[in-house]
Amino acid sequence: MRVLAALSGGVDSAVAAARAVDAGHEVTAVHLALSRNRESLRTGARGCCTIEDANDAFRAADMLGAPFYVWDLSAEFQEAVIDDFISEYAAGRTPNPCLRCNERIKFQAVLDRGMALGFDAVVTGHYAQIADGPVGKELHRAVDMSKDQSYVLGVLTHEQISHSLFPLGDTTKDEVRKEAERRGILVAQKPDSHDICFIPDGDTAGWLSRRIGEKPGEVIDAVSGDVVGKHEGAHAYTVGQRRGLALGRPAPDGARRYVVDVDVPNNKVMVGPPTLLDINVIEAIRPSWAGPQLVDGMKVGVQFRAHGEEISAVAFNTPEGFRVEMDAMARGVASGQAAVLYEGSRVIGSGTISRTRRISDADQTNANRLVGTN
Amino acid sequence: MPYLDHAATTPMYSEVAALMTKMLTDAGNPSSLHSSGRRARRLVEEAREQVAAVLGARPAEVVFTSGGTESNNIALKGIAWDQRKNNPKRNRIIISSVEHHAILDPAHWLNESEGFELNYVPVTNTGLVTPAALAQVINGDFDSVAVVSIMLANNEVGTVNDIAALVDVIRGTGIRFHTDAVQAPLWLEINFEKLGTCALSVSGHKVGGPHGVGAIIMSRDCSVTPLIHGGGQERDVRSGTLDVPAIVAFAKALEISVAQRELQVKKISKLRDDLVAQVKSAVPDAIYNGELTSRLANNAHFTFPGCLGDSLLMLLDAQGVECSVGSACSAGVPQPSHVLLAMGADEDSARCTLRFTLGHNSTEQDVTALIKELPGAIERAKRAGVPKTLASVGEK
Repeated sequence: MRVLAALSGGVDSAVAAARAVDAGHEVTAVHLALSRNRESLRTGARGCCTIEDANDAFRAADMLGAPFYVWDLSAEFQEAVIDDFISEYAAGRTPNPCLRCNERIKFQAVLDRGMALGFDAVVTGHYAQIADGPVGKELHRAVDMSKDQSYVLGVLTHEQISHSLFPLGDTTKDEVRKEAERRGILVAQKPDSHDICFIPDGDTAGWLSRRIGEKPGEVIDAVSGDVVGKHEGAHAYTVGQRRGLALGRPAPDGARRYVVDVDVPNNKVMVGPPTLLDINVIEAIRPSWAGPQLVDGMKVGVQFRAHGEEISAVAFNTPEGFRVEMDAMARGVASGQAAVLYEGSRVIGSGTISRTRRISDADQTNANRLVGTN
Repeated sequence: MPYLDHAATTPMYSEVAALMTKMLTDAGNPSSLHSSGRRARRLVEEAREQVAAVLGARPAEVVFTSGGTESNNIALKGIAWDQRKNNPKRNRIIISSVEHHAILDPAHWLNESEGFELNYVPVTNTGLVTPAALAQVINGDFDSVAVVSIMLANNEVGTVNDIAALVDVIRGTGIRFHTDAVQAPLWLEINFEKLGTCALSVSGHKVGGPHGVGAIIMSRDCSVTPLIHGGGQERDVRSGTLDVPAIVAFAKALEISVAQRELQVKKISKLRDDLVAQVKSAVPDAIYNGELTSRLANNAHFTFPGCLGDSLLMLLDAQGVECSVGSACSAGVPQPSHVLLAMGADEDSARCTLRFTLGHNSTEQDVTALIKELPGAIERAKRAGVPKTLASVGEK
């Protein structure tokens, strides 16, 4: 196949591209420039788009004998990822920019452009597996669960998965580093990148308030209804957050308080005991399906964070997406986050959480009885 | 392999490569006082005389540098500082809006970090700088201008300016005029004296010589503040041990280029005209940019509507045809061409360009190979489309 390798300048994408070459594909390398104003050198583990990274990607491509180009996707990235990140926070939701980047940049803008230019697939260094299933390609978790990235790939459609290669899904990170050493790839020991690449100093709250503005408001105790503190803008808070609340006085029971709700229209941040964070039903909108669509009443696993735990649940289709009723409580799940559904190791699909609820055992039985009315 | 990017760099003449290679093992610092030093010095001075002779200058006016970028930096910064030192009122720099980044960037730096006022002379829709446009920017205020820099020939679209006529605008006003002639020596007669500029930049690797060497030709009355301080070699303008083999090879290449120019211009302009005609017939909606006659003989520059230049370059490269999008890159990312924007193009079409530039070893086969691959590349590039620009999404 004619394959487009997305090289970040890191070790994973370099080894993935090398494996694609070994597999006999005709590989062309592209490095994505996601910002027009890039730093020259990499400092620390944050960020992934410096000119040094572009050079590392060039050297890796050169070693593989692959032609190398830089694609300027800064405009798409600005609109689909950065602007979306700001507007989601401004609306009181908690977006995942990496997932959004996969959805709109790496496997949409790049894949679309690559296919139009005559390529058959995109190869990346993501840790996930693609396997043949009864109705075509399926997306599965990686073997190395500590690196598994199937969650952030959960937004890919079946069509996108069918044109993707993830050669690292059956390998652990340690083995990938060793293989990079063996292959003489110079970035073998480069640190992993973390955090949000477009907020290089890691101060997300500060970055957001510079763009959304400060809007002082009240912090309210969700149990008593008392005003217990002040904040600089509800958008800077995330459900489940404990740090940075600066509450003057402790809760009556002395327990730590968490953000349990963010009400952006009324600019209120509600805090309370962790038990208020427990939910067992979520509703999700804007679903995407990695394979065959969810069957009502299906036993699934649901995951809410990149490396979060999987909770077993039953899922149902709804007019706008799906509803998940969990067997156990999940803590600190916020609107805007992605819910990814699994069947065993297979990704069924994902949706954006629009509502979370806690219902009692009695309600749950009741809800189960209503299956089929959706 | 069809190489259609001679404006980026053109291969060294084989006799120049042989000459340079032979010299690489010879010891001799031109500043040394013994016989090896004198021999090296003699080679440099002969090279200086050669360069002066073919460019219509005097040997004392030739200052060897590391290439076009350094020459341009000396011209802008060195002259601007010197002028302002002598007369604090001279605080204005004027350049055309289509200069190479080796002029644009020092000019921006002088503006942002050194407090100089920076004015741009607009160009016509073919990229030409007219004397009237220059006069309008000066606006009668001759005493406030330190330096004017306008290129002899544009590196993207090949438009050739009438430098002598532009110099007439500032003659006798104390303004110093520099021209970036890096693209010119292979295709245009350069007579420094007749042009009347204060300074002129040339580069080795653009004329079949080595990389990393060039010269700035500066008239005797063109004093500059040095950028590089050290041993004071090269008229106290530029310090650093002279690279004798590179300087000798550069001079030889320039001499060959000038000697062969008439013949080459005839041959290459015909080949270029063929290329243009064949591109237009293979891609009917292609737009030929720039001047028809006042143009470098080796340059063809097109806008291909709806086809991103990067996409075309990549597709042609995959088929072994090497060309350029024409505009500058920032870490591998082609930027929308400031030249096309200055000529009135919108940002989208300024990204849909390709530049084909021919050189001394170009052949009909190169053109044939391009024409064979171009229509397929155009079709695919069109399908891939033109992505949005940051300006259109509104960067925050």
